[in-house]
Amino acid sequence: MADLSTEFAGIKSPNPFWLASAPPTDKQYNVERAFEAGWGGVVWKTLGEDPAAVNVSSRYSATYDGFGNVAGFNNIELITDRTLEVNLREIEAVKKSWPDRALVVSLMVPCEEESWKKIVKQVEQTGADGLELNFGCPHGMPERGMGAAVGQVPEYVEMVTRWCKQYSTLPVIVKLTPNITDIRFSARAAHRGNADAVSLINTINSITGIDLDNMVARPIVDGKSTHGGYCGPAVKPIALNMVSEIARDPETKGLPISGIGGISNWRDAAEFISLGAGCVQVCTAAMIYGFRIVSEMKDGLSRWMDSKGYETLTDFQGLAIANTTDWKYLNMNYKVVASIDDEKCIGCGRCYIGCEDTSHQAIKAIAQTDGSNKFEVIEAECVGCNLCQITCPVENCITMVKQDSDKPYMNWTQDPRNPYRDAG
Amino acid sequence: MTTSNIAVPTAETPSMDTHSPSLDTHLSPSSLDTLFSDLQPPLTDRQAAIESARCLYCYDAPCIKACPTGINIPSFIASLHAGNVEGAARTILESNIMGGSCARVCPTEILCEQSCVRNKEAECAPVLIGRLQRYATDHASFTGHPFKRAEASGKTIAVIGAGPAGLSCAHRLAMLGHEVEVFEAEDKAGGLNEYGIARYKLTDNYAQQEVDFILGIGGITVHSGKALGRDIQLDTLVTEFDAVFLAIGLQATRQLQLDQEHHSAVMDAVDYIKTLRQASDLSELVVPQSAVVIGAGNTAIDIACQLKRLGAEEVTLVYRRGEQDMGATHHEQQIAKQHQVRIRTWSRPETIHVDENGHLTGMTFRRTELQQNHLVDTHLSEQIACEAIFKAVGQTLSLPEADDVELPVIQNGKIHVDEHFKTSMDKVFAGGDCTGIGQDLTVEAVQQGKLAALAIHQSLCQKTA
Ligand SMILES: Cc1cc2nc3c(=O)[nH]c(=O)nc-3n(C[C@H](O)[C@H](O)[C@H](O)COP(=O)(O)OP(=O)(O)OC[C@H]3O[C@@H](n4cnc5c(N)ncnc54)[C@H](O)[C@@H]3O)c2cc1C
Ligand SMILES: Cc1cc2nc3c(=O)[nH]c(=O)nc-3n(C[C@H](O)[C@H](O)[C@H](O)COP(=O)(O)O)c2cc1C
Ligand code: SF4
Ligand code: SF4
Ligand code: SF4
Repeated sequence: MADLSTEFAGIKSPNPFWLASAPPTDKQYNVERAFEAGWGGVVWKTLGEDPAAVNVSSRYSATYDGFGNVAGFNNIELITDRTLEVNLREIEAVKKSWPDRALVVSLMVPCEEESWKKIVKQVEQTGADGLELNFGCPHGMPERGMGAAVGQVPEYVEMVTRWCKQYSTLPVIVKLTPNITDIRFSARAAHRGNADAVSLINTINSITGIDLDNMVARPIVDGKSTHGGYCGPAVKPIALNMVSEIARDPETKGLPISGIGGISNWRDAAEFISLGAGCVQVCTAAMIYGFRIVSEMKDGLSRWMDSKGYETLTDFQGLAIANTTDWKYLNMNYKVVASIDDEKCIGCGRCYIGCEDTSHQAIKAIAQTDGSNKFEVIEAECVGCNLCQITCPVENCITMVKQDSDKPYMNWTQDPRNPYRDAG
Repeated sequence: MTTSNIAVPTAETPSMDTHSPSLDTHLSPSSLDTLFSDLQPPLTDRQAAIESARCLYCYDAPCIKACPTGINIPSFIASLHAGNVEGAARTILESNIMGGSCARVCPTEILCEQSCVRNKEAECAPVLIGRLQRYATDHASFTGHPFKRAEASGKTIAVIGAGPAGLSCAHRLAMLGHEVEVFEAEDKAGGLNEYGIARYKLTDNYAQQEVDFILGIGGITVHSGKALGRDIQLDTLVTEFDAVFLAIGLQATRQLQLDQEHHSAVMDAVDYIKTLRQASDLSELVVPQSAVVIGAGNTAIDIACQLKRLGAEEVTLVYRRGEQDMGATHHEQQIAKQHQVRIRTWSRPETIHVDENGHLTGMTFRRTELQQNHLVDTHLSEQIACEAIFKAVGQTLSLPEADDVELPVIQNGKIHVDEHFKTSMDKVFAGGDCTGIGQDLTVEAVQQGKLAALAIHQSLCQKTA
């Protein structure tokens, strides 16, 4: 079986599956249950200065798919609501009993050098393996000048990171907020501050839905609401993109990345790793299904690695980065057209109506004598947009077939149709 | 109905299919009523939400084409999925005003659900259209009637028979602005929905609730206890009304032509079902311990299963041909098997046995077989002991005759109509089971009533113009 062990920013763990800083890692009891279930590491729920934060009720809400599964999750929780003292004592105890697991401690204190200096020292004494700086919490904390309020200002990110690196010997992971316009600026700032790694994403500002009877957003606190942080499967595409942006950016290339956001199974994890992540963190999936899902994650990942001949995670880490590029470098001479497998087609007509109403009228509906329809692609009209393949409910019924072209690779910068193409 | 020499069931009664709780040792009225609860329980909110998510919202959907009333199925399911229950129900009722009862009684396995593309898809199971339809019609709460009447046309139409065909026609005519007078021989409107459908398919007085709902549109007057041929005559109706719609169904039952057929323990299945459906206390029904049912259609299955639920120990359904020739759908046959009804095929009723005390004791059957595609007797015969015999060999038309009254032309035993539901008589239309078109199904009757209403409307407009 493939070797899942990881060394991330100098922190060792038996597998790349860490629990993200959140309620699952808020106390010794949970964390020990997680380690028993097989998680490779945890990032302890964010610690702050005493007095501890106070939380409201209710706190979570969600969006669902058509079958009632949670697609996106949202919370208005703050950092830990237990005292610093209790947390530090428990961290120390857990690390003692579980020396082989990664134990990173998440932190958030006011933007003052003294506060950071004090807390990183306290954490260091617990024996924890690393620090994660929470610059992402999007609700409650920013109003107090912390969390995303820091994460959104690259200068602050750099400054605080530098303090932590200065006062601590532990690896420093900077957790980035996605609530910005270009993630590369925050990542570069962390890098300039000497961060050992970045982790992303924290939650996205969101309102999951409105209770239309009472005209209030969810979750509801005594008839009122506020925006929360979005996470879960719905945010994975956003997180993957941000990871790839940082991995591809010449300034941050090679900076270790801990991938977070919507990871629910081994495949999600493999995708993050293929875009350069050195380990992954999970929160929502554990909250929805419990800690036991890690066993399927580990098993699935190592079996897939075996099937591909990858012996260690580094064998495929970052392999997809090279194939992620800017739009302008895509081959203008490449063409695919849709092809319908008549054997598999069940005649639902979704491909037809989608293309007819909203795309390129490239599918013909041919009435059959028995009242059903046969659907046929008009290749000359098909632009190869994938819409029909996406809407077809039958697996592998519509395939996108590469068209032979004798034209060589030509990107937009070379395309004569581009009025701004590079001269010469 | 006289049932004097049919034995009342004893304590021991076998448990039924998986849908129903098993009986306790005593047939208390309440336990019997639970046995006649829904054959298929209604979907819960959650089930409906999940099931509606399975619909692919097909373009030019095959399920619509397979529904005799052409309900826009993907549209109603999409509305349901979006939580718009009233909108879903309205979509259903627009095409089929009896969408509620059809959701319960339609053989969906040979109609919409059979053609659902999900059958062909990897899930190999259709969207449960019928049960979603029931969910929508059950849960819709309209303020007032969902349909408005058009401006009054000044025309009045007589509808004879308040079954599905008559009520559907009346409703559509009322919608179009006409006044409708319905004449019904029985005390209650509803036709076979009220008197014929198996009790476990239409429970809780649903038939009457639906009638009330349909009449809620206004402009329809029902005269019950008024039979054509007895209380009213076609020739007077034709002069008094702008049009007449005949929807009298099939009232007579076929006979076996055997000696002893008039024995009181030899009954028409439909009569017994009628009694069963109208009984307020099921424990007062007289139930034979053992019974033979003759026939192979849905009526035969219905009576057999209901007898089982009532506590009959042995019920044997006898049919002269093979299983594949049975009129009852495969699904219905499965229901019979779940009820532990014994099905005996290739057997033709020959003799009814009555002992010296006048008690029915059994029946002899001649075994049959196919020879060059002809059904022939074999030399084998078989006797089945039973206390009662139920005939379910089909219903026929009996148009009330009167010497000096003109009646529409009958063809192949049913009222002949053209493609516009017009009979041979001027101003007289007909639809439903009493005509020779379509299958004898509730949904067919509803569709024919609707189409006939449109045809009548058209003919009235043409005359005015
Ligand atoms: C036992 C049984 C079970 C059935 N089960 C199902 C089922 O599960 N699913 C399904 O789809 N179909 C079923 N059917 C068929 C379905 O009930 C009929 O196709 C449908 O009811 C036909 O509607 P109709 O309006 O044409 O006739 P009917 O429902 O028969 O209505 C005719 C009406 O006319 C009245 N009438 C008759 N003569 C006169 C007169 N002279 N004057 C005034 N009124 C008169 C009758 O009293 C009755 O109310 C079943 C039929 C039977 C007999
Ligand atoms: C209820 C809840 C509380 C959270 N609290 C914290 C926190 O204290 N510190 C932090 O850095 N992230 C916190 N997060 C964010 C998660 O660590 C993680 O970044 C995010 O949920 C995305 O991962 P996921 O899609 O696997 O859930 C919290 C998330 C949730 C759902
Ligand atoms: S790929 Fe796009 S354009 Fe081509 S047939 Fe499909 S939907 Fe139409
Ligand atoms: S979407 Fe797929 S299954 Fe449906 S008609 Fe098109 S090819 Fe056939
Ligand atoms: S055929 Fe099935 S999947 Fe398609 S619209 Fe009808 S119910 Fe939905």
